[in-house]
Amino acid sequence: MSLFDLRLQEIHNQLNARELSVSDLVDQAYQRIGQTENKVKAYLTLNEEHARAHARLLDEQLATDAPRGLLFGLPAGIKDNIVTEGLRTTCASQFLSNYDPIYDATVVQKLKKAQSVTLGKLNMDEFAMGGSNENSSFYPTRNPWNLDYVPGGSSGGSAAAVASGEAYFTLGSDTGGSIRQPASYCGVVGLKPTYGLVSRFGLVAFASSLDQIGPITKNVEDSAYVLQAIAGYDNMDSTSAKVDIPDYVSALNGDIKGLRIGVPKEYLGQGIDPKVKESVLAALKVLEGLGATWEEVSLPHTEYAVATYYLLASSEASSNLARFDGVRYGVRADNPDNLIDMYVKSRSQGFGEEVKRRIMLGTYALSSGYYDAYYLKAQKVRTLIKQDFDQVFANYDVIIGPTAPTTAFPIGSQVDDPLTMYLNDIVTIPVSLAGVPAISVPCGFADGMPVGLQIIGKAFDESTVLRVAHAYEQSTEHHKLRPQL
Amino acid sequence: MSISVKDVEHVAKLARLSLTDEEKEQFTGQLNAILKYAEKLNELDTDNVQPTTHVLQIHNVMREDENRPSLPIEKVLRNAPDEEDDQIRVPAVLE
Repeated sequence: MSLFDLRLQEIHNQLNARELSVSDLVDQAYQRIGQTENKVKAYLTLNEEHARAHARLLDEQLATDAPRGLLFGLPAGIKDNIVTEGLRTTCASQFLSNYDPIYDATVVQKLKKAQSVTLGKLNMDEFAMGGSNENSSFYPTRNPWNLDYVPGGSSGGSAAAVASGEAYFTLGSDTGGSIRQPASYCGVVGLKPTYGLVSRFGLVAFASSLDQIGPITKNVEDSAYVLQAIAGYDNMDSTSAKVDIPDYVSALNGDIKGLRIGVPKEYLGQGIDPKVKESVLAALKVLEGLGATWEEVSLPHTEYAVATYYLLASSEASSNLARFDGVRYGVRADNPDNLIDMYVKSRSQGFGEEVKRRIMLGTYALSSGYYDAYYLKAQKVRTLIKQDFDQVFANYDVIIGPTAPTTAFPIGSQVDDPLTMYLNDIVTIPVSLAGVPAISVPCGFADGMPVGLQIIGKAFDESTVLRVAHAYEQSTEHHKLRPQL
Repeated sequence: MSISVKDVEHVAKLARLSLTDEEKEQFTGQLNAILKYAEKLNELDTDNVQPTTHVLQIHNVMREDENRPSLPIEKVLRNAPDEEDDQIRVPAVLE
């Protein structure tokens, strides 16, 4: 059995008993990467030399009584839009293909404090724009369950690495579904925390009012451990929330008797694959068997969420990506005529097609004469979407539905049609707009590809989300299945 | 509301992007499709709705106005494409 099939607690028990060293864990990770990475393509940069040196230091510590971090010795991968000092960070963009960060993101500092080992940086859609990893400007990551299929995105490398055993856990980022949807497509657990729970300092900004970092793991308990390590107020992020951080692991007590579940009819209606719907209904039966009750509810503004999201996220992106001008970092175009020409050439050569499309959409939506009609209108509709959730949460503890309307699709099948691609996010986007937490847990297969169950909670109520996900997971076997590579 | 190739050229200029003729054609079609889809929002009456800029009710996050150490020059210049005398070098601003 692979060490990566063990739970965090089991690995720590073996480390304590000296049956295992951190170097063994890191060896095994790179061995697995050596076997499967040429198929999966989850990583953009490996950190092997440093990781092995770090493992040796941790092994020295293991021989002493020094207190150990929460994630001690666990080999982790980090999405390549989270900056790591001295370790290349590209956002999967040619523009940043040589970028060598001069500081660590707050979550990276927290992982160091928790004593996990960074294996490398993970592939993604360029600047987190996309849902398939086909927008990586280096190479697409492949779905470990079927190498001809997309892993989802934008955190496709983060999900594929966990599913294929190329990392014990990973960090991703979620703007409109970019942790949950790839977790669903790859059959792993992906958590998007409440907006503001995890610091965004050092996350290369895509849409600042939506971006949130979260863990991708093989099981819910590990998700709770990683969240514990990365959550908390940070004065380097002005949108960081000052809230008390509960003990997430102790919330996993299996008790969901009397839990009230709302199931939005919009999440099981038109556009949802019948096989996905079937898996979700079967999961609701399992939860009923554990003492929960569910009723159909309505989130009436769901159909407006995708349009709202693309206007807001693209507008924010057009502003955030203005910093990439070739002056201070990134790849500067050769032989510019003058300063403006340098900006234009560097950006035009450095950005891929989807990034340009969203910058264009956002610039248009923010431009003089259109601001009220598009950007302001979308901000107002966002309020209505958020109110939908407030109303349901007045009477229900969690909202449950699918994570994505379908399972993973074949590579290349949707690249010519951006609008269809955007509609893959129809059930993750409203949650992002409302800013509330949600997790995707494996709930079965349709035509050989994994299906994800999305459990959505009240703001800052990750404990309930994790408890429900854990209770469900422990009653099923889906999370134990691994792809054959 | 429909946007033309000319509109796309104007927006590209604002965004500091230079597009090929093929890209202009392609973006005109795709942006029109996306904006047409976005017109769906006009079905909703939002006259009395407050816009959401952020989901958290946080306003005016301030810190004490105190000196803090700044980054060392060698770090700041580590990624600079061109530098001279501890400064970042760029092409002439004025011809």
